[in-house]
Amino acid sequence: MNSLYYQKRLSRNIGDKFFTSLSAICALIAILPLIFLVTYILIKGGSQITPELFTLEPNPPGDDLDAGGINPALIGTLIITTIASIIAIPVGVGGGIYLAEYSKGGAFSRFIRFGVNVLAGVPSIIAGVFIYALIVSTKILFGSMYSGLAGGMALSILMLPTVIKTTDEGLKLVPDELRYASLGVGASMYTTILKVTLPSAFRSIATGVVLGIARAAGETAPLIFTALFSYYYITGFDDLFYEMGSLAVLIYNFALEPYDAQNKLAWAASFILVLSILSVNIFSRILAAFTEKTKRV
Amino acid sequence: MEKKLTLFKNRKRFGIEKNIDIIFKNTALVLSSFVAIILLGIILVVFFQSFESFSRYGLKFLVTSEWNPVKDEYGAFTAIYGTLVTSFLSLLITIPLGVGTAIFITEDFVPKVFREIVGSFVELLAAIPSVVLGLWAIFVMEPFFRAFFVFLHNFFGWIPLFSTEPIGRNSLLAILILVVMLLPIVTSIARDSLNQVPKKLRNAAYGIGASRWKTIFSVILPAALSGIMAGVLLALGRAMGETMAVTMIIGNSNAFSWSLLSPGYTISSMLANQFGEADGSQVSSLFYAAFVLMILSLVVNIFAQWIVKKFSLKY
Repeated sequence: MNSLYYQKRLSRNIGDKFFTSLSAICALIAILPLIFLVTYILIKGGSQITPELFTLEPNPPGDDLDAGGINPALIGTLIITTIASIIAIPVGVGGGIYLAEYSKGGAFSRFIRFGVNVLAGVPSIIAGVFIYALIVSTKILFGSMYSGLAGGMALSILMLPTVIKTTDEGLKLVPDELRYASLGVGASMYTTILKVTLPSAFRSIATGVVLGIARAAGETAPLIFTALFSYYYITGFDDLFYEMGSLAVLIYNFALEPYDAQNKLAWAASFILVLSILSVNIFSRILAAFTEKTKRV
Repeated sequence: MEKKLTLFKNRKRFGIEKNIDIIFKNTALVLSSFVAIILLGIILVVFFQSFESFSRYGLKFLVTSEWNPVKDEYGAFTAIYGTLVTSFLSLLITIPLGVGTAIFITEDFVPKVFREIVGSFVELLAAIPSVVLGLWAIFVMEPFFRAFFVFLHNFFGWIPLFSTEPIGRNSLLAILILVVMLLPIVTSIARDSLNQVPKKLRNAAYGIGASRWKTIFSVILPAALSGIMAGVLLALGRAMGETMAVTMIIGNSNAFSWSLLSPGYTISSMLANQFGEADGSQVSSLFYAAFVLMILSLVVNIFAQWIVKKFSLKY
């Protein structure tokens, strides 16, 4: 009769308790870094935020009193990420459309899907090395070596697999009935895709693409020898063909400076970068949860 | 009556519409093959750029550790060793932590709200740029762990791994920051594959009297093993290629040492440090190192995909 009741001292129950607390400890350790990191960045970086930060050029290291602002790097990050998006989004969405709509399970699409996964695993610094060899060292872009344009291209290589994957998977979730209905009333394939399937997958594709852009905005390794860094304001279109600063490279360069003023600037830049990336992530997460709830079918 | 007839009249498509359709399809085809072109392009370009160094040193490049631009002698053993050691050791710490966290998230120990919070915290950690992690490692982690490293050296200094005096940045810090970066990958993939294990397996195990953790260890983990393995391999690939955080904290020294408490080097940190200023045959040697890194991560990635295909359990 006793064996029907829960017995605390039984070795299996003690073992269960032990492992349960072990996994709770694992979970605790896993979230600690984020909490420490975010609070530290909020405190250390948030205290450096001033209006001048957004308008001034950074001063070259050496003068420990005043580090200036991060305006060129901020604008540079926006420009480089925009260039990367302009390249990667059309190519990625087009490629995703082919994979999901035209070739279902053929050898070619299997090969491309495999390639997408492999490309996603290529280290980000290799993308930089590749663009360096292809564009920077050959001076193929109108004789300019390090340039914002080259940096954008390097980033686009990293964005491409994400965009293709999200497009492919977003389109695969669209029910086939919609396609049949559209084709059944006589629409051609491209009308079906542009007017029916793409719009109905738009939200999931957009979420994935935005997350990809946010990820690219924080990438540093492909930029350190393609876009390099610049201390000066971006004033015109011509600046695309010269060295261009970015928040990520600014953090890297200034974190390694021995001067306190530059280190503080790196913290301020991290604050802005992390805050924008995290808010994009949280926002798209909420949006995705919202879509989940309101989904018909 | 007349109107209805025209409604059902068979209308041929205009030629222009057909052409647009064909152009659209072919454009999509070309765009999708860009992936293959870029991938092949990367492999070929890096290989051809490294050719000069490859023909000069051959495989000796992989086992010698002299890196001397003045004497024009190059060998990447220190960097390759550093890449392998940091990634494997960080993985060794990450696997139990990540799988443990994934189990915590998928089991119902605490209400769902808390588990979802833990899950999204871990995923948000993945969104933090690695350069920011590097900054944090330099200014927060390094001072925090300094006393611990001194303790390690004083009490375990007889082990070659801890044989050097800890001063500032070192390989062990790089391993720790890699753990922070790999944790989200391993956790989220392990969680997905644990979630995919059918409920009836769990119920069957409970039904024959297995305790919760007996069920987890003997039924659920084995069923999710292929997915977890793939996640671990992806994390390994990521660890090998990870650049910024490691470069900022590893100390960047090409002097070979068994000790984890001394500054080290990885292939990617070597590239990040030297590529901008390199010239002559140093560039080619750097490309050779990049080629080695690429092959390592390609092999790991392809192996991961193969495991997913081969061992994914079908229910």
